[in-house]
Amino acid sequence: MNLHEYQSKRIFADAGIPVPAGRVAANEAEAVAAARELPGPVWVVKAQVHAGGRGKAGGVKLCRTAAEVAAAAKGMIGERLVTPQTGSQGLPVNEVYVESGSAIARELYLSVLLDRERSRIAFVASAAGGMNIEEVAAHEPEKILRVDVDPAAGLQAFQCRRLAFGLGLEGKQVAEFERIARALYRLYLDKDLSLVEINPLIVTKDGALVALDAKINVDSNALFRQPDLVALRDPSQEDPMESEAAEHELNYVALDGNIACMVNGAGLAMATMDLIKLHGGEPANFLDVGGTATADRVTAAFRLILSNERARAILVNIFGGIVRCDVIAEGIIKAVKDAGVGLPVIVRLEGTNADQARKLLAASGLAITVAKDVSDAATKAVRLARGGAKR
Amino acid sequence: MSILVSRRSRVICQGFTGKQGTFHSEQAIAYGTNLVGGVTPGRGGTRHLDRPVFDTVHDAVAKTRADVSVIYVPAPYAADAILEAADAGVRLIVCITEGIPVNDMVRVKASLAGGRSRLVGPNCPGVITPGECKVGIMPGFIHRPGKIGIISRSGTLTYEAVFQTTNVGLGQTTCVGIGGDPVRGLNFIEVLSLFERDDDTAGIIMVGEIGGTDEEAAAEYIRRSVSKPVVAYIAGVTAPTGKRMGHAGAVIAGGKGTAADKYAALEEAGVRTVRSAADLGVAMKQALAAKRRRKRRR
Repeated sequence: MNLHEYQSKRIFADAGIPVPAGRVAANEAEAVAAARELPGPVWVVKAQVHAGGRGKAGGVKLCRTAAEVAAAAKGMIGERLVTPQTGSQGLPVNEVYVESGSAIARELYLSVLLDRERSRIAFVASAAGGMNIEEVAAHEPEKILRVDVDPAAGLQAFQCRRLAFGLGLEGKQVAEFERIARALYRLYLDKDLSLVEINPLIVTKDGALVALDAKINVDSNALFRQPDLVALRDPSQEDPMESEAAEHELNYVALDGNIACMVNGAGLAMATMDLIKLHGGEPANFLDVGGTATADRVTAAFRLILSNERARAILVNIFGGIVRCDVIAEGIIKAVKDAGVGLPVIVRLEGTNADQARKLLAASGLAITVAKDVSDAATKAVRLARGGAKR
Repeated sequence: MSILVSRRSRVICQGFTGKQGTFHSEQAIAYGTNLVGGVTPGRGGTRHLDRPVFDTVHDAVAKTRADVSVIYVPAPYAADAILEAADAGVRLIVCITEGIPVNDMVRVKASLAGGRSRLVGPNCPGVITPGECKVGIMPGFIHRPGKIGIISRSGTLTYEAVFQTTNVGLGQTTCVGIGGDPVRGLNFIEVLSLFERDDDTAGIIMVGEIGGTDEEAAAEYIRRSVSKPVVAYIAGVTAPTGKRMGHAGAVIAGGKGTAADKYAALEEAGVRTVRSAADLGVAMKQALAAKRRRKRRR
C-alpha cells in the first residue's frame, strides 16, 4: 500500500525527521490560506498522487505570490496527472500539498528497503540526489552507498557514519544524519514499511538536513496490525478493477492486450500470459483466482474480466489439485450463463476429475471451447481473439 | 533415495485442528505420510484425526520424536510458529502460510541462520517425495516415484512440471516448492546442491519467476557445481515493471528481476531453458537423452 507525500511527511515529522512546513489543501481557497500561514517568500505547490516523476509532469510548481499559489492549485486539483510512473491514464489529483520553499545547497538520496539477496533491511544513499536513482545505479554505481542491518544487532552508529561521510556531510551534520537514519529504521520496523525513500534529502544553505520529498510504501501483509496506516488508504489512486479484485481475494493486474485470462496460482497465471504472447497474442490481464479456486471466485473473476472492454476472448487455465475440476467446470458454466458472456471462452482444465469436467463443458451447449492442453488453449485463444468476435 | 523427506520422516502439523490443518492432514495421512501428531495451543491432551494433539512443539517432539513440522498457522502467528519449531529442534520446517509480514521473515531468517533447522517456504505448496511422504497442499495423485528433482517458486507451476514429468514417464524423486515470498528459507542453491548429491535424481527442473536475483545466483551455482542436466522455466516474460504479480516476491523493481535477465544468466550457465511452461517434461526427457549420448560417445 502506498501513502501520499503529505501523509508520509506527517509520519516523518512525528518521528522527529525534519520536513519543510506544509499544509494539505483540497481547493484553491485552502491552498491560498495554507500559503498565508506558511513562511515565505516562496511556496511550492505539489500534486498529491501515488507516483513519482511529478516535477517534469507539471505536478510541482514554485510560486512567489498567493495568486500564483491559487493558479497552481487550480491547475492541478480535479485534473489527472500523467507521469512516467502512472501509465497513460494518469492519476486523479484530489489534493495539493503547499510547502514553504527551501534554500537548497545540496541534494542527497536516502532510502530504506529490503535487500532480497541478503534477506536484510538495507540503507541506500547517494550524493547524487534529486535524480532517478535507478539511472544513477546503472550508469554511476560508484555513487551508490549501501549498508545492510543485522536484525539482531540493529542499525549501528558506524554504519550511519559510513553513509554520512560517504555523502560528504561534516561537523554536526554527521550526528544529525545518524539521528535521522535511526528514526527511519525505527519507522520501518514499527510501521511495517516495505520502502522509505527520501529523494531529495537536502542540505539547506544554513547546513540543516531536511526531507524535501517523502515516499512510503507499507507491507500489505502487515496491514492487519497497522490500523492507523490502513486509515490513510486512498482508493482513488488505485486501479478500480484491481481494488474490486482484492475484495474477492483475487489478484488482478490490467495489461494492454485483448485476451483475458483467468488462472489458478500466480506462477501459472504469468506462464499463461507468456504462452499467449509466445503464440502471437497479447494478454489483457493477469488474474490469479488462488491456488484453491472455488466456484464463487470463478464467478467473481468472470464478472471482473468482462468489464474490460478490450477483451476479445477469455482463456481459463486451471490446474485442479485439491479443488476438483468438475466443480470448477460447473462454476464456469454457471458464470458464463449468468453473466451472458458473449466472448469466446477457451478452457483448459487439468487435474482431479478433468475428464468429467471436459464432458460437462462440452455438454453445456454454451460457446465454450475445450482445449486439450495449455499450448492448444493459447493457440485457440489467439485465433479466436483475432476472429474479431464482437460482444 | 530422495531429499528432505522420506517414508522415515516423522511429521507433525502446527495449526493441526484448524480448517486448513485438518483438511491437509487428512490428505497427507491418506497419501501415507507418517503424520505422528499435531500442535494447537490449548488443545493439548486431546486427539484429532486419531492422533495426539500437543500444546507446544517441544511437547510434540518429546513425545513423538518428530523431525518434520508443517505449518498451517495463520499469517499473524506464523513467524512465531517457525521459531517455536526451530527452538524445539525440528530438522525440517515447512511453512505453507501465505501473507507473513516481510519484516517478520527477516527476523526469522536471521534467527535460523547457523542453526540446525531447515525452513522451506513460507507461501509455498510444501515438499513431497512421491509414494513416501507428502508434506503440504499439493495434489498427491499427479506424482510418480521417479528420477527428476523439481524446485519451484510457484505452486501450480510445480504441479504443471510434476504432471508433465509423470506423463513422459520420468517421475520425481522429490519436489520442493520454495515459495513466492521475497524472504524465504531454502533457496534454489541449497535445493540444487541436495539434488546434485542425491544418487536417484538424474535431472533437475527449476521453475523461477520475475523478481529478485535468486535465479541468477542459481545459474552461477549450476555453472560451477551441478553436473546433472537442469531444465529451467521463468514465468513473467510479459509482466509489467513495478507491478506485483500475485506473489509478494514477483515484482520487477529498480530494473532488477526481469525474466530476460534470468534466462540469459541460466543459458550462459549451460542450462536448457524453455519459453513455454508446457515444454518442461519433454525438454527434461531430451536433456537426459542428450546426456546419455554424450556418455556413450566417450
